[in-house]
Amino acid sequence: MNVIEKILAAHCCHDHVHPGMIVDIAPDLTMVNDATACLAIDIFKNQLQAEKVDDPAKVIMIMDHYTPSCSIDAADTHNTMRAFAREQQLQYVYDGIGVCHQLMMERHVRPGQLIIGADSHTCTYGALGALATGMGSTDVAVAWKSGRSWMKVPESIRINVTGAWPIGIDAKDLILKIVGDLTTGGATYKALVFSGPGIRALGVSQRMTLCNMVIEAGAKFSYIQPDEKTAAFMKELKRLDYSVFTDDADATYGKTLEYDVSSLEPQIAFPHSVDNVKAIGAAEGIAIDEFFLGACTNGRYEDLEVAAAILQGKRIAAGSRLLVTPASNAVYLRAVASGVITTLVESGAMIGTPGCSACFGGTAGILGKNERLLTTANRNFRGRVGSPDSEIYLAGPAVLAASALNGCITDPRRIL
Amino acid sequence: MIIGKAITFGANIDTDQIIGAHHLTRPNIEAMAPYAFEHYPPFKRDFTRGDIIVGADNFGCGSSREQAPAVLKERGVAAIVAQSFARIFFRNAINLGIPLIECPEAGEIKPLEQLEIDHDGLRSLTTGRKFMIVPLPPFIRAYIDSGGVVAHLRSR
Repeated sequence: MNVIEKILAAHCCHDHVHPGMIVDIAPDLTMVNDATACLAIDIFKNQLQAEKVDDPAKVIMIMDHYTPSCSIDAADTHNTMRAFAREQQLQYVYDGIGVCHQLMMERHVRPGQLIIGADSHTCTYGALGALATGMGSTDVAVAWKSGRSWMKVPESIRINVTGAWPIGIDAKDLILKIVGDLTTGGATYKALVFSGPGIRALGVSQRMTLCNMVIEAGAKFSYIQPDEKTAAFMKELKRLDYSVFTDDADATYGKTLEYDVSSLEPQIAFPHSVDNVKAIGAAEGIAIDEFFLGACTNGRYEDLEVAAAILQGKRIAAGSRLLVTPASNAVYLRAVASGVITTLVESGAMIGTPGCSACFGGTAGILGKNERLLTTANRNFRGRVGSPDSEIYLAGPAVLAASALNGCITDPRRIL
Repeated sequence: MIIGKAITFGANIDTDQIIGAHHLTRPNIEAMAPYAFEHYPPFKRDFTRGDIIVGADNFGCGSSREQAPAVLKERGVAAIVAQSFARIFFRNAINLGIPLIECPEAGEIKPLEQLEIDHDGLRSLTTGRKFMIVPLPPFIRAYIDSGGVVAHLRSR
């Protein structure tokens, strides 16, 4: 078996599983957020007529999409979640202190785990060698009640990454390139396993950027084999108890794709599809109204640091606005302590409350008619961040910062 | 048997288009349902209860929000036919008991064609054409026939 099949086998009642097989699984954790929790609670109580969750220690509830409560409906949503958490004696409830996936990685995820979350970007946790995937509210409600769910064992695609990373190019450029090549449905039901020296060179933050966006090609799981960087990350967070799985000698993959990053250029996803990706040459000069640095894709300290290095001692273009939202309070504190926040504010940035912010269109940074947003988030669907007549372009943090200086899409290699 | 007219869509219809983020905190699915496909004029103009949604590739991509298939069910969508479905949407719709038909030729169905769906397949009553469909695995078929996973679990 390959490593994906081995982790699934370890969470079901079969010694051996193969792609296409339907297995009954026991997830280690389930996660819901404020975009999906109330529906799950309603199904759990009123349709499944359940009283107690199977194991409160496995249920994680996070308020991040509409925090701080941005409407009366949002406040009611949050209060429904808080009441359920009290009633079920949930131990892990996070209220407005970060994006769910960032908090999961900082506080809960361990290599070798199997995790389901009522959020499509749950696939991010593959960055630590966990198998994690998004499901809907009914599936999560069923797992709350029974402690179980079902899955189809996916076929795995290996993506082997080689070459030295050029200055100004990072994991966001690579994953945009990959999604552009695969197309939005090109990896549907598949597990994407990233390997090779180009991946081992990346820290956990960049690995998260890569794994976060596999869903944009339809994939079910991402996976990166844990290594010394994973071990150091886990050690720093004092989570030392976990299992590392590896490919068997006879492991098979559906196919292997090769990427050499040494010739990779900054990539931009044009409206209104994540696979509408072009190298930056095709985008330079496009005027932008709003810039957003944040989201579970690129709201980590390392991303803020890249932007601050470009913006240091400079001001963003007149008439532009830059919203920076740290992915969690831990990221925020580190960026305050190092002076990164000071640099960003002095450049003209607004700082948002840690959470989904302008990625989601639930709270901050909503776009008006005919406005253009350049964002480090993961989706550019029509109308996702406001008006259906707005446009969203996706890029990495270096492109974002360089572009904010000029008020239009700019190749960061001109500055670095 | 399901009979309804086709409301057609292109490829990669994402769940943000089906129901926008700012509607997800409304108190319940009934309150969200009027905003289904709010920026897609053909749906607003032509859809009536019992009609059939026809998409191309990768229908329902993006967010895991189960509110997307739930508002379509609430509005009375009788079935969704597409060349292919995104994984999470597929699972959510099945869990809600919405009949999903994977049809490689769905792109050839014209707007407002009258369609008939039964256990044998998909047929256009307008043109008489029979379309090839990919059969669902029996355990998924059982979920749909029960009216969704909750009803299925209760009936066991």
